[in-house]
Amino acid sequence: MSAAPVDLPRWADTALVPLVSVAAALAVSGLVVLGIGESPLEATALLLRGALGSAEGIGFTLYYTTNFIFTGLAVAVAFHAGLFNIGGEGQATIAGIFAALACLWLAPLPGLLLVPLAILAAAAGGALYGFIPGWLQATRGSHVVITTIMFNFLAATLTVYLLVEVIGKPGSMQPETPEFAAHAVLTPMHRLLAPLGITLPATPLNSAFLLALAALVAVWALIFRSRLGYAIRTVGANPRAAAYAGISPARITMVAMAISGALAGGLAVNEVMGVQHRLLLDFTAGYGFVGIAVALMGRGHPVGVALAALLFGVLYQGGAELSFDKPSITRDMVVVIGGVIILFAGALDGLFRRAVAALLLMRGR
Amino acid sequence: MTPPAIALTGISKRFGPVQANRDVSLSVAAGSIHGIVGENGAGKSTLMSILYGFYEADAGEIAVAGRPCVIRTPADAIALGIGMVHQHFMLVETLSVVENVVLGAEGGAWLSGGVKRARAELSRLSEAYGLAIDPDAIVGDLSVGLQQRVEILKALYRGAQILILDEPTAVLTPPEADQLFALLRALREQGKTVILITHKLREIMAVTDRVSVMRRGEMVAHLATAETSPPEIAEAMVGRRVLLRVETEARPRGAKVLEAVGLDMVDARGVALLSGIDLTLHEGEIVGIAGVAGNGQSELLEVLAGLAQPSRGVVRLNGQVLTSADRNPARLRKLGLMHVPEDRLRTGLVTAFPAAENAILGYQDDAELGPGPFLSPSTISARARETFAAYDVRPPDPALKTAKFSGGNQQKIVLAREIERAPKVLLVGQPTRGVDIGAIEAIHRRLIALRDSGVAILLVSVELEEVMALSDRILAMSGGRITGERMAGDADERDLGLLMAGVTGEAA
Repeated sequence: MSAAPVDLPRWADTALVPLVSVAAALAVSGLVVLGIGESPLEATALLLRGALGSAEGIGFTLYYTTNFIFTGLAVAVAFHAGLFNIGGEGQATIAGIFAALACLWLAPLPGLLLVPLAILAAAAGGALYGFIPGWLQATRGSHVVITTIMFNFLAATLTVYLLVEVIGKPGSMQPETPEFAAHAVLTPMHRLLAPLGITLPATPLNSAFLLALAALVAVWALIFRSRLGYAIRTVGANPRAAAYAGISPARITMVAMAISGALAGGLAVNEVMGVQHRLLLDFTAGYGFVGIAVALMGRGHPVGVALAALLFGVLYQGGAELSFDKPSITRDMVVVIGGVIILFAGALDGLFRRAVAALLLMRGR
Repeated sequence: MTPPAIALTGISKRFGPVQANRDVSLSVAAGSIHGIVGENGAGKSTLMSILYGFYEADAGEIAVAGRPCVIRTPADAIALGIGMVHQHFMLVETLSVVENVVLGAEGGAWLSGGVKRARAELSRLSEAYGLAIDPDAIVGDLSVGLQQRVEILKALYRGAQILILDEPTAVLTPPEADQLFALLRALREQGKTVILITHKLREIMAVTDRVSVMRRGEMVAHLATAETSPPEIAEAMVGRRVLLRVETEARPRGAKVLEAVGLDMVDARGVALLSGIDLTLHEGEIVGIAGVAGNGQSELLEVLAGLAQPSRGVVRLNGQVLTSADRNPARLRKLGLMHVPEDRLRTGLVTAFPAAENAILGYQDDAELGPGPFLSPSTISARARETFAAYDVRPPDPALKTAKFSGGNQQKIVLAREIERAPKVLLVGQPTRGVDIGAIEAIHRRLIALRDSGVAILLVSVELEEVMALSDRILAMSGGRITGERMAGDADERDLGLLMAGVTGEAA
């Protein structure tokens, strides 16, 4: 017997259930911390202070958040079309290659033209690399979950080849491109805000953060206000009804995967153009995969994605500080905590829905 | 005196805010055929699910053969001798009859012992009830009527003394239904008790000893079949006198609007789904397609609506031959051909969307719904509010999730959406399936009014009564062919039943 679906009010669905999940994950993580002989309360305090206790910490937190917003949105858009895009890593990698090529080859152009072009190149690269699995599913029935995973490896391999054989820094043993020209990179936030009289410590946070905020609004408008978004949601919720409505599920599959890939390209914009200022191996560093958890936790809604991205930003930055202050809590411990959160908020999402629904019902009576 | 086979006392069951069963009591005499009728959503299925252990009642008692008992799972019910034949068969199509019968009662790790026992028992049961069935036939190859017999055999093999049948005739041709009734009578002769859930009054009159009527979760009448009449039962079901027939008057028909010539359709395995369909639709007439479900009506609707492509044949709309580029739903809607699909939940609606968003499904590219690439939520919801009021959709709340509307109101949302855009041709599939009688009347009146305004309507329904009540002209379909045509005035149920069963020729 299948369980009856649990209906929750929207606010409970988008805020309360994820909060309960996170609380449960933190409780379990606390037990782990306790198990290695440290105080969970002290660890939590250190983590929060590290992430939010200083301007520098906040800068780093928001820099991580930027990555998670892009990859979270990428997964969310595909999700609305009923597709599970786990190729954010690969799409961001290809986007990074496109962005790097633009920055290197178009260097004679003025920055005002070069930077937007390079951002567009990143989006186009990601879109292309998302479109191909979409096209394969729409026309050949190859499932995107399988193809996007394989495409992650293909993209990584292609990067190695290009960095070693084609666009690598001449005379260097490092698999990376030469550094981009100064006018080809994104402005760091501390320099962006300096003319306004706001002084910030130097952090990796850069103008890609503003692009991420714009992407949140754009995705909201796309999914919930546009005709295309309506078509995407219809295909995701009921492909038969979509065909009946004259919407081609095949076409929407390809379009949604392309948009998803373009959003994943934002990760490359932040990392390659905003922080590293050159293309190097594995710059995606697993952000693409965490984006899946971000999208699941945010329930595919841009507001939820923003909050979940912030949470993971705090975890990444605070976790780094924590392992610095408490050597017994290693970087791996922080990964465990993140994993537990993903487990509760993503994989076990339904765990608390029933309990929350029962509680709300009791209160309603 | 023998105690009743089943005695339910004061059964109540609530699903969230919905009281599915309220203080229901029912007594079924041993060795009788007992009918339970009621509109969709009256609580019949819930009651039987409680009896079969799918749900547990919030309150009330169950006694089987005079002994009070607790039924928590279907296994409990089977142990008490209760068997259930579901509307949708629970059979493994790739296994043989005998393998299906032993499924779940294999009796050990090795199959051969159980299969041997089952084979012996099957031949005994077949003899006892005159069931001609080959134990080694693959279930998927059997006709629907025979598959149903396998279901019944399965229940009997598990020792069922009490057999519950949920809408057993929904998928049968009239002759198959008659055979089923003969079988049920034979079971009664052998002392078995049969509970028959249906909403077809004809079946109640034909086969039951007693009938219980449910309405809105309550038991409203217990009647002896011999002493009652269809109007009396219908009145008890609805709670008021209903017009079973909408008054229509014959009108002169107008120009040809839709014409199909020689439509064939073959599926991927090469099975012919449609063969040589010729069909003409005139302005201002309703053409009804009568047929048992699965005889090509669904495919015909899909081909005409552009959802499937025929392998051969021509369709003309307003005299223009439809090219393959025209044959898609979006283009056909622009040409004035609208479609109310047979399965509103799977095809006609996105149940996860708010009602207002479903009110634009298929029209999401209409310019008046918003500027450029955007849809305006206020426009959409204002329009939905207007049409919901005009079509009496309840509750008239455009923001409510579509899944939360009743079947009748969901159907009104679909109808309103398609009728509002002034169709020239309207294809309607199963307009009142799963819709309560009150809404049926409203939907029928809408369709008649639409016809009177000059729209050509093609009506597909498995309810023969509905086809006969609404149509000006009736085509019978069987095995993917049109087996006969009758004007509404000349049609009678027996005659159409034979055509639906594929019996053609002057003798019919």
